[in-house]
Amino acid sequence: MSSHTYDYLDGNAAAGELSAIFGMDVTIAESQCAHCGAIKRFAEAHVYMQAPGVVARCAVCQHVLLRLVKARQRAFLDLRGMTCLILDTSRFLESGR
Amino acid sequence: MGIISRGFSGRRSAADAKLPPGQYLTTDFPVLSAGPTPHIPLDQWEFVIDDGTNVLRRWNWKSFRDLPTETFTVDLHCVTRWSKLGTSWEGVSVDTMLADVKTDASHAMARAYGDYTTNLPLNDLRNKQAWIAFRFDNKDLAPEHGGPARLLVPHLYLWKSAKWVKGLTLMSHDKPGFWESLGYHIYGDPWREQRYSGDE
Amino acid sequence: MMWRVGTVVALQDETATARTITLKVPDWPGHIAGQHVDVRLTASDGYSAVRSYSIASAPNAEKRVELTVERLPNGEVSPYLTQELAVGDRLELRGPIGGWFVWRTQQTEPIQLIAGGSGIVPLMAMIRSRASTGSTAPFRLLYSVREPGAVFYRDDLLALSDCYNKVSLTYAYTRIPPKDWPRPPGRIDAALIADATWPSNLAPTCFVCGPTSFVEGATDLLIASGHGRDKIRTERFGPTGDRK
Repeated sequence: MSSHTYDYLDGNAAAGELSAIFGMDVTIAESQCAHCGAIKRFAEAHVYMQAPGVVARCAVCQHVLLRLVKARQRAFLDLRGMTCLILDTSRFLESGR
Repeated sequence: MGIISRGFSGRRSAADAKLPPGQYLTTDFPVLSAGPTPHIPLDQWEFVIDDGTNVLRRWNWKSFRDLPTETFTVDLHCVTRWSKLGTSWEGVSVDTMLADVKTDASHAMARAYGDYTTNLPLNDLRNKQAWIAFRFDNKDLAPEHGGPARLLVPHLYLWKSAKWVKGLTLMSHDKPGFWESLGYHIYGDPWREQRYSGDE
Repeated sequence: MMWRVGTVVALQDETATARTITLKVPDWPGHIAGQHVDVRLTASDGYSAVRSYSIASAPNAEKRVELTVERLPNGEVSPYLTQELAVGDRLELRGPIGGWFVWRTQQTEPIQLIAGGSGIVPLMAMIRSRASTGSTAPFRLLYSVREPGAVFYRDDLLALSDCYNKVSLTYAYTRIPPKDWPRPPGRIDAALIADATWPSNLAPTCFVCGPTSFVEGATDLLIASGHGRDKIRTERFGPTGDRK
């Protein structure tokens, strides 16, 4: 599947929404794709913000890493596309503003 | 609620009786996408109706384009609040696609190239309510708008009109698709403002 | 991460379509060059819209946050911010956001900045941050724009590229160059990378910012000229330069 249309942003674009939910900066975290196993900085994920929700995709294989929908007073977060998030806990104090 | 921004009203225009609640009129055609635009060569394109186990009907581009088509004009309502009225299309009625299909199924999952899915009651795909559309505004449907062919079900929110559609899986009970599994309404009637799960 | 309220204290046009908004934010916790904020506008009926904008100002002690906003033709928020917003108005912002696409003043390695259009904003914060702390980290900026009228911060960049401890600056014009410009109009290419950027053997950290297509193209060129992918940090704006 090609990415000729450059209609995606990156993890930086979703950082505000996700940081509000996680209470920490996700752009500096690494994420492991549950489909292809690639471990990449979340800042480099391909993020689609235009849709009815936020969809972050693995930059390598394009499978969904994470989905977020804000529906009035509820947020729906699907993390099944990540095997894990890898966090540098020594940075927590700096990033949790 | 945030502090009020002096002089800001957003895109909304004066209420129009023809629009479902909470919608605003747009004259352009926004492109919303949950992933990269697929580019499917026509010689590889297929549309398959299956029941989850067996293939019931299959068309390639040539056999699909041999089917009788209709031109029609409909209004589009996106759950992100824009509405576009009077859009003209050409496509094959889903009634035609289902004509020889014998089934007790009550629902269907529309499947698209890429990983997008959306679920609908079979009754909403029948009775002149749905098409597999391949021309928009007298031109071949552009890839960014779902070309070569997309599902079009204008009486529901536009997320039900799967772009890059590649088939229908018939189901004996309803199952949520891509957005329905993440907070969006299982049915999605814009006139009852059924945007999110839990909306009446 | 909470919403804070800033008051507009100054407005400055950068180009015919872009404006810098200076906000005073009393509870601003400080920021690092490269970070951005989310701005939220709320109409009287409660309808709200949120957009992200990079911080243009260097970290400072005055609780001052500068944002440079480009007006998009069909925008919902940018026309309001560039034309309606007035000094004295209040603006809600969330942030600072992002810890990856940042330059910290303790960094001493060579830095290569590559900006496409409004992608210059976070890179300018880095340049200003370097200047305000007297850092001598070697900085080069390659700034790609359509034509001279589209350049942001022209005077500031002139001053910072023509002084002791300067930032080495190269403009690339994609549509209409100035009269007698030596390079014909066009996108940045391998030749320009070779001429105007740090060679890969210096192992610079590279920051690339702009529309997605620009970022992908520039990144590919850097990798082709030998930079490691791990030395390149990117931030993608929307196709027209908006971050959403």
